[in-house]
Amino acid sequence: MNILVCITHVPDTTSKIQFTDNNTKFDSTGVQFIIGPYDDYALARAVELRDQTGGKLTVLNVGLAESDPTLRKALAIGADEAIRVNSEPKDSFFVAKQIAHYAKEGGYDLILMGRESIDFNGGMVHGMVGELLGMPSFSPVMKLDIEGSTVKMAREIEGGKEMLEASLPLIAGCQEPIAEWKIPNMRGIMSARTKPLNVVEPVSDETQAVATQYQLPPAKGAVKLVDKDHVEELVKLLKNEAKVL
Amino acid sequence: MSILVYIEHAEGKVKKTSLEAVSFANALSAKTGEGDVVALALGTIGQDELAAVGKAGAAKVLHAADDRLTAGVIQAHASALAQAFEKVGAKTVVLAKSSLGDAVAARLAIKINAALVSNVVELPDTSAGYKVKRSIFTGKAFAETEVSTENKILAIKKNAVDLKTDGSDAVVESFDVSLSDSDFASKITSTERATGEVLLPEADIVVSGGRGLKGPENWGMIEDLAATLGAATGCSKPVSDIGWRPHHEHVGQTGVKVAPSLYIAIGISGAIQHLAGVNSSKCIVVINKDPEAPFFKAADYGIVGDAFEVVPKLNEALKAEL
Repeated sequence: MNILVCITHVPDTTSKIQFTDNNTKFDSTGVQFIIGPYDDYALARAVELRDQTGGKLTVLNVGLAESDPTLRKALAIGADEAIRVNSEPKDSFFVAKQIAHYAKEGGYDLILMGRESIDFNGGMVHGMVGELLGMPSFSPVMKLDIEGSTVKMAREIEGGKEMLEASLPLIAGCQEPIAEWKIPNMRGIMSARTKPLNVVEPVSDETQAVATQYQLPPAKGAVKLVDKDHVEELVKLLKNEAKVL
Repeated sequence: MSILVYIEHAEGKVKKTSLEAVSFANALSAKTGEGDVVALALGTIGQDELAAVGKAGAAKVLHAADDRLTAGVIQAHASALAQAFEKVGAKTVVLAKSSLGDAVAARLAIKINAALVSNVVELPDTSAGYKVKRSIFTGKAFAETEVSTENKILAIKKNAVDLKTDGSDAVVESFDVSLSDSDFASKITSTERATGEVLLPEADIVVSGGRGLKGPENWGMIEDLAATLGAATGCSKPVSDIGWRPHHEHVGQTGVKVAPSLYIAIGISGAIQHLAGVNSSKCIVVINKDPEAPFFKAADYGIVGDAFEVVPKLNEALKAEL
């Protein structure tokens, strides 16, 4: 079985979010970039499935050369080869078009990615790719097992989950606890250096919804502390001052 | 021309988040002159419940009563929406951001060649072009997004707009959808849903517990406090990782993102990944015995004290007041 995992190259979850150039650009000064945490779950499950069924595992990122270390890390975790579509990820539609093109070329049985990127939180690329390729898409998927030609999944819904069955090929946007994150070992890191990382050019330049200006939320005022022996004070504040009761 | 709104329902009730989407569409139409708000409801649900969608600002509800659509079959819902979009001659689709809404909207965007903007927090600015403000970086920032397509889909973040309740009943019209077998190629074999409780992603008040509670057997006081407040219960990631609470209660960066009016955090230190899930809350209360807990920096109100002592007292004080 051939699996494609699409990963994002995003600021670490503990990064301080700041903007530069008159709030038109993310300020990456001092920021560490990682594989998107949801993509990391997708990758971990894909490595397990590849080990179980055989075949090839490809990782893909739409990004500039700065994404290469992130792709190398995915190779160290267990992917067999990497593709980087050499462009900034301009918007979700742009990214979906690139993935759909290269996914079609590769003829994958299963396409996994995170439920959403942790920078723009759109959560739409998997569905767009699904529709572009005429494949079913599911998200957020928290369990995915393959039994013969049947894929059994659990999809999280508000306050619970639903169990699903579908056939390959399909696309899933993944989240925990689909698998445990995998930490690359020394052998993985060594072998990642020689695995292929192919840089390809974008196939379309179309965009639909591009972020042009950024803004931080207003700073939070200092916390008001209430004495633990006078909790009724807190109730009054919530009722009369915050007006949330 | 009309604005189309995708309505979700569970256990015979239209979701409150969907009513917010209707209210948003109503306000949007008042601004852009896009005509009536038409809602689309799929599957089995009562006619009275659908007519009441008018209170939030819909003039008409299209109802495709095919029972196969009652469950959230993503492909079929996207097809039905595309057909309704064509029928009502809409340019804009509005829906609430949700597990199903996200999955359906992405496919619809390709079908109707529409830009999809997610996590929308206010009405678009149409003074020059079409600009939409949305929440990004898990609530840590906002982006103004320029939309360049004629057709648009806006997925609304909770609390983006005040819920309208003073409209009159909507006309409910049955709507025939033509669906193929491929729309139902995937099967939902079972659904597990916490019943009778307030659902976390949609709750107005959330009470969350962390490792400070020492064990799952101590969740009773969290549930008692939540019951007093009509709140949903949540937890931190470590708590769901060790299995004290189910995963769908995990609030944070990689769990559920909540946007309630009131978020009460008990025995949670406030790691940045947890804060990412709660920073859209209107008011945050932190109860922790460690005065240095980072959560206090993100809180509006705080009590430094032992949860086992403070929480029961707070529950009594709330009962006396509410």
